[in-house]
Amino acid sequence: CDMSEVLRQRELKPGQSPYRALLDTLELSNSRLSLQLINDNNKVRLLLELYRLQGNMTRVKINELKPLKPRYEVPDVLLSHPITEALSVVAQDENSLVVSLGGKDQRLILSAQPFRLDIVEGSQVLMSLNSRGLLAFEHLRTRKDTISHKISSTVGSMWDSLKKDDDKPGMWEETFKSHTDSKPNGPTSISLDFSLPGVEHVYGIPEHADTLKLKNTDGSDPYRLYNLDVFQYELHNPMALYGAVPVLISHSTDRTMGIFWLNAAETWVDISSNTTMFGKILDFVQVSSEAPQTDVRWMSESGIIDVFIMLGPKPADVFTQYASLTGTQSFPPLSALAYHQCRWNYNDQEDVKTVDQGFDEHDIPYDFIWLDIEHADGKRYFTWDPSKFPQPKEMLQGLMDKRRKLVAIVDPHIKVDSGYKIHNEIRSKNFYVKNKDGGDYEGWCWPGNAGYPDFTNPEMRTWWASQFAYDQYEGSMENQYIWNDMNEPSVFNGPEVTMHKDALHGVWEHRDVHNLYGLYVQKATADGLIQRSEGVQRPFVLTRAFFAGSQRYGAVWTGDNAAEWGHLKISIPMCLSLGLVGISFCGADVGGFFKHPSAELLVRWYQAGAYQPFFRAHAHIDTPRREPWLFGPENTALIREAIRQRYALLPYWYQLFYNAHRTGQPVMRPLWVEYPDDFATFSIEDEYLIGKDLLVHPVTDEGATGVTAYLPGKGEVWYDVHTFQKHDGDQSLYIPVTMSSIPVFQRGGSIICRKDRVRRSSSCMENDPYTLYVALGSQGSAEGELYIDDFHTFSFEEAKQFVHRRLSFSANTLSSRNLAPDSQFSTASWIEKIVIFGGSQPSSATLKSADGTESALEFEFDSTLAVLTLRKPGVNAAADWTIVLR
Amino acid sequence: MTCLHLLLTLVFAVSLGTPVEIQRPRGVPLTKKQFYEESKPFTCLDGSRTIPFDRVNDDYCDCKDGSDEPGTAACPNGSFHCTNAGYRPMFIPSSRINDGICDCCDTTDEYNSGAKCENTCKELGRKEREVLQKMAEITKEGFLLKQQLIEEAKKGQQEKQSKVTDMQENKKQLDEKVEALRTVKETAEQPEKEAKERHLKAWEEQKAAIRLEKDKAKMAETFLELDDNEDGFVSVSELQSHAELDPDADGTLTEIEAQGLMGGAEQVDTSTFESVWPKIKDKYHSEAEEPAPVETPPDEVKEPVVDNDSEPYPEDDISEEEDEDDEDEDDYHEDDDKVMCLCVVQAQPTIKTPEKTHEDEEAMPPYDADTQALIDAAQKARDDFEEAEKALREMDDQIRNIEKELSFDFGPDAEFTYLYSQCYELTTSEYIYRLCPFNRVSQKPKYGGSETNLGTWGSWSGPENNKYLLMKYEQGTGCWQGPNRSTTVKLTCGKETVVTSTSEPSRCEYLMEFTTPAVCQEPANIDPSPHDHVEL
Repeated sequence: CDMSEVLRQRELKPGQSPYRALLDTLELSNSRLSLQLINDNNKVRLLLELYRLQGNMTRVKINELKPLKPRYEVPDVLLSHPITEALSVVAQDENSLVVSLGGKDQRLILSAQPFRLDIVEGSQVLMSLNSRGLLAFEHLRTRKDTISHKISSTVGSMWDSLKKDDDKPGMWEETFKSHTDSKPNGPTSISLDFSLPGVEHVYGIPEHADTLKLKNTDGSDPYRLYNLDVFQYELHNPMALYGAVPVLISHSTDRTMGIFWLNAAETWVDISSNTTMFGKILDFVQVSSEAPQTDVRWMSESGIIDVFIMLGPKPADVFTQYASLTGTQSFPPLSALAYHQCRWNYNDQEDVKTVDQGFDEHDIPYDFIWLDIEHADGKRYFTWDPSKFPQPKEMLQGLMDKRRKLVAIVDPHIKVDSGYKIHNEIRSKNFYVKNKDGGDYEGWCWPGNAGYPDFTNPEMRTWWASQFAYDQYEGSMENQYIWNDMNEPSVFNGPEVTMHKDALHGVWEHRDVHNLYGLYVQKATADGLIQRSEGVQRPFVLTRAFFAGSQRYGAVWTGDNAAEWGHLKISIPMCLSLGLVGISFCGADVGGFFKHPSAELLVRWYQAGAYQPFFRAHAHIDTPRREPWLFGPENTALIREAIRQRYALLPYWYQLFYNAHRTGQPVMRPLWVEYPDDFATFSIEDEYLIGKDLLVHPVTDEGATGVTAYLPGKGEVWYDVHTFQKHDGDQSLYIPVTMSSIPVFQRGGSIICRKDRVRRSSSCMENDPYTLYVALGSQGSAEGELYIDDFHTFSFEEAKQFVHRRLSFSANTLSSRNLAPDSQFSTASWIEKIVIFGGSQPSSATLKSADGTESALEFEFDSTLAVLTLRKPGVNAAADWTIVLR
Repeated sequence: MTCLHLLLTLVFAVSLGTPVEIQRPRGVPLTKKQFYEESKPFTCLDGSRTIPFDRVNDDYCDCKDGSDEPGTAACPNGSFHCTNAGYRPMFIPSSRINDGICDCCDTTDEYNSGAKCENTCKELGRKEREVLQKMAEITKEGFLLKQQLIEEAKKGQQEKQSKVTDMQENKKQLDEKVEALRTVKETAEQPEKEAKERHLKAWEEQKAAIRLEKDKAKMAETFLELDDNEDGFVSVSELQSHAELDPDADGTLTEIEAQGLMGGAEQVDTSTFESVWPKIKDKYHSEAEEPAPVETPPDEVKEPVVDNDSEPYPEDDISEEEDEDDEDEDDYHEDDDKVMCLCVVQAQPTIKTPEKTHEDEEAMPPYDADTQALIDAAQKARDDFEEAEKALREMDDQIRNIEKELSFDFGPDAEFTYLYSQCYELTTSEYIYRLCPFNRVSQKPKYGGSETNLGTWGSWSGPENNKYLLMKYEQGTGCWQGPNRSTTVKLTCGKETVVTSTSEPSRCEYLMEFTTPAVCQEPANIDPSPHDHVEL
């Protein structure tokens, strides 16, 4: 249903743009090019700014030349001011301008009438802007009439063209159901189109419960980005969900690119694909008439056009480029990568204790138990229900004694109650969001009537962070972490269950900042956790709402899903989409939030969840209990095994998160990211890679007796991690499955470190030895990394206290060498065992230690599977060593 | 790395207090000591392979069954034995060795982790003995009480059984009595019926005669009225003055029509009038009477007016709460309309049908004495019969109730009988919980509000070896979007019969803890006294 006034823009049809570039207004400084655009219909002028950014990116900014008042530009999302590079005009005539984008023969061609931009490399057009003439910019204006236009509109039907600027119903006031949006600034929407010649596959713009490859939206609603608390969301629907990252990734065998549309207002994205010939091109640019093309159109309700075009060319380059703009995934404490047990709600301290004991009784590891909203005193966050949780520190200490942790929920809606300290302070400091008339904005949420702190205000965020100090948050301890839910924000009685767009955050309307609110909540909370430990401990905060840059503050989950097979399946493309746009720490509620899963679905979900980055079981309060041991001994054993596989692989997950933190490369990757030339991988969403070395094809069908996995890579080999069986790449492989099967393959050519001694929590495994799984590639070599630190503080960053080693096997020699010679860290962990897949039987194995001593290693060789096991090298994991096979 | 002590000297305390040193590898229970001989190679306990003895507890897993590493965490499936002198020995998964958490009270599981564990075995042992002793006392007393309960239940059961037997005997007699009285009743009712019919018939005949008389009188009266000239004849013209007699209803009674009515004659005398009378008597209006009143239409039944202004749920109020789903909103309004319709139906005044009066019907004369006597006799027979039948029904109910009680499974020795038709309450901060065993469980808010049914008696549902440890109450009040409420009652041995706690571990699934002597097991012979069993 078209409910947005923004969609009026959709009525604008492709055709000649009314915009013309005024080349005589060109100004060029070293790194900034600007000129004016004029709309020939209404003579309103815009200012275009172009920047060349370090790392093969181009920034295009369009704003009104002289707006009546400033228009919102999104703050706090970019890491810093992006570093610019020199621009130069290489050619100019009366209707065009050619700008060099630095090396690699890349140029930007600006055509004046109609205005368009083409980015070319050599003779190839990479991307065109406004080539379909859909640039639109509703300028701020004074209202002509205050009475006759107070007509509510049905949305989406009014916009016939931009040619007439007369007032129209809906421009100055809108109603949605019973809600009225006063729209004091009138219409302010913006739009721009992008054409991607040669591109058939586009991805990203989460969050949607939809396929990995974005669909053509001709004839349906566009993909919507507007953070909303959606009750029981539908699958395969472009509707908006809890979070929004306005980043689209395009991929073809030639090139991978990204478009980052930096705008926090309600945004819609239309995708249309066709194979028609690319439009008018300057003479020297040639495009085959057969070329496929994808057209993308962005529309936002307010703000300015501020686009970052990331030119790749490889997937890894786009990730690096985007990370340089918005930062990388925060590096979580190791325990956050382990298993989380959640439910709305664990009823009381006794219940927490019983569940904790249940895990030990059934010998299932877990690191975190979670408390939902019922733990607080009348949904007053930062407090504890005095009858259910009278001694929170006693409870937390009990968990600490088991080396386990707890997460308690802290939502951003604050109960309006004069007996509640948090509310009184926020009110007295004037930190609440205001309604359009200047009073404190109030809405309904869990506690009843609630106020919403203005998280866009840095002073408010500082104050919020201070509330997590141990002396402020009574009953909290260092093994308690935080979960921010309902931060879209959710307002039960607001339009679309969120905040009124005319609510005020200082001078800005909620309309301008909406999609940013959730990011700020998580940021302020994470800051609070860092500050309470005086900057020592890494925080862990889970959020439901998010925006571009949220990866810097913690984890996200896919919200209130359901115990249905379709929801299990969709969790893969949903998290893959998030990973592509920087947010690696993603997971879905294992088991499904709403409804009651069958034992089969629950087991399959645990098996899938064990191989997704954020691994948490969660359930609605109205569902029957579903702790892992409540489905009979067989299912308990299956779930135990799935969780244990997760724990054994924690060293690999941890190393990948370190890598994501350092480089911005996603942890969970679509196959095409590692096999960008293999067209067959481009639409795969039922399997994926963890890092580049593990391929997972979880079973997501009821009653499945087999799955067909695509193993990519011509000339490559893959090893089944459970059976050690070797399979060739570049084939679709049918794998029969039973209830215990989790099809996972290790790439030939990789070395993965595991801790096979699974204990009751990840902390208990801190000093345990590693087993190295060396999977030889077709060339008989393999490489891998090992990363170790204290697993929970910032010392790795601030004092370079970590171990980072390169493990490599070639020419029958396996060695460990230091990747970070200036780092230092001592670990008690050692190398327990080395398992080599795909090798041959040696006659001897000799370990050479750093001090030059040599010793013979015992080994076993399984000739049927060609698996060589080296017994107990015993060297310290941080040491240099070499093993030579003869 | 692997600076582990291969062998550990264990100081083992036996009850006499003499320390005995038994050497065996760490984590091996005494019962398996013989498999770990330092002088010989070690064979995995599953027989899968044999390794040099120095690879036992060398922190590397060689045996598939984990038996070579009883004292390290190297094997995923190993187990570690702690002696826990002073308390009780136990096995823990070997993954808990040196994990920084103290599991064994003798601290032996944390020999290389840096965890600071204290030996708490003595303290635990003391506490356990205290608890055991206390439990033993409770069990002992509870068991005695249970014997009484069993006695009472047996007695009660016998009483009830014999009562049922008695009652069944009485019932038989009652059955006979009812049958006898039915015959008496039926015998008395036959003559009653005949007498009543006779009386009614006589009355009908009498009424017919009276009606005939009345008609004749009316005919004579009419003749006189019509005979305007009092010549002893009614003529055509005299008849014509009564236009209402017009047979074709055209408003006028023509001469021919009048003549037709009079059988073609010009005039008729009283005797001939007898043949004219039947043709006109229905239409004829007496000149003495008032002209027939013009029929007024009955009062219009007023349709109740639906007052739109006072709709119970104005649309605006609803739509403000409904944000997401248009369809839902519409449904809501449809429901409203239905409610409205119901209101209208209820508000509609009932239309009274005018009662017909039968003024000419005179009351039936009273029965004669004979008939009345027959009726009285029959009525008495009926009353007697009904009384006996009622008594029989009551008897049946009583028997059924007792049989129902006897049919409950009150335990192997009927020890739970005493709970029947009793209720036990527990008051928490918010609610009063009420358990009526074999009947139902309910919850009532402490400060007003209606009671919620948490389940009615379902079955014993304890584990196979003792199903009498749990009671299941099912099919309570339904939960919103959820199942019907149900309650599990966990029974533990106690001297008193009390509900000790309630909780709701899962939505709408309640757990109640209940102590009763009825589940106290015969105490183990801690204090063997030869008299114990004699007394029982």
